[in-house]
Amino acid sequence: MNESPVIDHEAMQEPPTRLVAVGATEAEPVSPLLIEDVTVAYHHRPVLWNIDYQAPSGKLIAIVGPNGSGKTTLIKATLDLVPRAAGQVLIFGEPYRQQRHRVGYVPQRTSVDWDFPVSALDVVAMGMYRKIGWLRPVSRKYRDAAKQALDRVGMVDFASRQINQLSGGQQQRVFLARALAQNADLYFMDEPFAGVDAATERAIVDILRQLRESGKTVIAVHHDLQTVHEYFDEVVLLNMRLIAAGPTADVFTPDNLRKTYGGKLALLDQLGEKMAQPRSR
Amino acid sequence: MSAASLLAVDSLWELFSRAISLRDYNTRVVLGGTTMLGISGGLVGTFLVLRKRALAADVVSHAALPGIAVAFLLAERLAPGSGRSTSVLLCGAFVSGLLGMAMTLAIRRWTRIKEDAALAIVLGLFFGLGMALFTVVQRTKTGNAAGLSHFIFGKAASMVASDVWLIGVVSVVIALLCCGVFKELSLLCFDEEFAAARGYRTVLLDWLLTLMAVTVTLIGLQSVGLLLVVALLLIPPTAARFWTNDLKVMSWLAAVIGGVSCAGGVVLSAAFPRLAAGAVIVLTGAGLFVVSLVLGKERGLWPRWQSQRQFERRIGRSDLLRACYELLEPILGPDQTTQESLTKYEIDNLELLSMRQWPAGRFQSMVSSAVRESLLDANFTGGYRLTLRGAAESRDAVRRHRLWEIYLLTQTDLDPRLVDRGADGIEHVLDPQQLADLERQLATHLPEGIPPSPHPIASAAIN
Repeated sequence: MNESPVIDHEAMQEPPTRLVAVGATEAEPVSPLLIEDVTVAYHHRPVLWNIDYQAPSGKLIAIVGPNGSGKTTLIKATLDLVPRAAGQVLIFGEPYRQQRHRVGYVPQRTSVDWDFPVSALDVVAMGMYRKIGWLRPVSRKYRDAAKQALDRVGMVDFASRQINQLSGGQQQRVFLARALAQNADLYFMDEPFAGVDAATERAIVDILRQLRESGKTVIAVHHDLQTVHEYFDEVVLLNMRLIAAGPTADVFTPDNLRKTYGGKLALLDQLGEKMAQPRSR
Repeated sequence: MSAASLLAVDSLWELFSRAISLRDYNTRVVLGGTTMLGISGGLVGTFLVLRKRALAADVVSHAALPGIAVAFLLAERLAPGSGRSTSVLLCGAFVSGLLGMAMTLAIRRWTRIKEDAALAIVLGLFFGLGMALFTVVQRTKTGNAAGLSHFIFGKAASMVASDVWLIGVVSVVIALLCCGVFKELSLLCFDEEFAAARGYRTVLLDWLLTLMAVTVTLIGLQSVGLLLVVALLLIPPTAARFWTNDLKVMSWLAAVIGGVSCAGGVVLSAAFPRLAAGAVIVLTGAGLFVVSLVLGKERGLWPRWQSQRQFERRIGRSDLLRACYELLEPILGPDQTTQESLTKYEIDNLELLSMRQWPAGRFQSMVSSAVRESLLDANFTGGYRLTLRGAAESRDAVRRHRLWEIYLLTQTDLDPRLVDRGADGIEHVLDPQQLADLERQLATHLPEGIPPSPHPIASAAIN
């Protein structure tokens, strides 16, 4: 028998050229997310204009902005889910398609049909399909890993529950567990707190903090302005253009919020009053 | 006369037994091939239905018609006599089926026409074209005898072994392929965007699924006919969905239902040659569908209705027993409501009815089912008495209710006038497992026994 030589396609590929962020030296850690001059248009109508942003490593980052301000689009453009009209995105210094394994994604809960005939465990296992590979069933090893991920979000008792029998908060936690099962370094979450109960909100916040402690970076679209200070270290204020970005204490100001929301929020005045009072931290 | 009819019955029986016992090589092959077709149709159809692409299969089958006609005409022109070759005709069907599919996608992509309209337009256009071309075929010398109409209505029994081998082998390949990419297809159907983010080429996966559906459609043309072939893809998975909430089980079940309806259809149409095979296959499938619709364990009408009824009965029963307890509580005194003492007093029918706003009919049926389950004893005076079992259950129901009321009063900002309602809601909405867990946690903070009601009982009657 003539044994054909095994070709390692991975090894044959040229090592990807390392693109280092402008101004960063080799010694500094590469930013988990670098967005340069990104513009996105739907049907010739721009929804994001010239976004520039460099995310710090190991932080919880909120993307905040009114409806239709392009928050979800920014995440999708980053993950190559919508085409960019201009600009580039680097994940840990490389294009997304070379860093997929380091990125976890939690889409909006309402983006899927929860009447689909699978269990919570099946959904979580989907996060590892890439790792499992084509033509192979989900082995014991991966089922255990999926169970562990469910355990982290407090849902291990619901592993075999059909997803249409879960509450909204439980569904959100299953989605989170699916991303956790990927064991990524950078997580994108699209409105993880939307329509969840108080217990789920607390559970998710705990997970976010655990992720930060282990050096991961989380970028989440967030709607509740009241909790931004409490939950997030960094804020990206977005309304088709980047209004401001940076540490929450510096950036999440009434002035910037007014620029972002165009003075439409009555809430802003209350918030302004709160901010005016000397904070005891 | 009678001899003739006897003969007919005899030959019918003869035909039937031949079909059943598979004495004919041809019947055997047709049965095997068509069953495989049903199995692969069920598997592919599962994903097609979950991807909400059911109608696309219908378009493909109708779009195949002009391809068949053109292939026949071309083949006859080039090499007379070759137009009847199944593979030539299927090639034509394949090309025009794909063309129809591509046209649908193009219309959706480049115009503002919605998908359902695009599908209908393409279906009508191709089928009309096909019918027009068929009249041309009929006018050719060989056209009439070519059996092209079998592609429209299907005729499993007339297929020759070599055709069926093709169908069988292709079906097996598709079924294996379907199992091989099961994970990826299920991810595509559930969460396309996540699949894309994980690096799957969703467009290619979609085309793979479409290609499998087109292939099943085309190899099903001969046995079922293009008018009905879509049923092979859609009926088995929708029927299977009634029985299960698990994708794996659903796809296996769909494969079985598809296989059984095809096998049944072939046997029946072999026994009764005048029945159109396609119609029999589809009707067998439809029969299984109706059975599933009614009896399906997970989503069937009957089990659903049953569990709804059971749920209502459980609520009624606990409400009734609670009312009994609360009626007796002031008479006995708060600490004297032991199981035995509860059984000693008679409960008046009207007083019981006044505890809650029960419609009279519902009240009567609740009471009589409580008597039937020996929770209440009926007196000849028209009153009732709790049995020992009823007393025990009433104590449980009241305790549970009051635990929740106290919880809601102390742990939430609920208006005290609403706690009774709130507690009702919790008890009746939570499933037993959740309820048991929560009650165990609650009970550790509260004294044993039945706490007094946190609100005057009379308000329950007004509520």
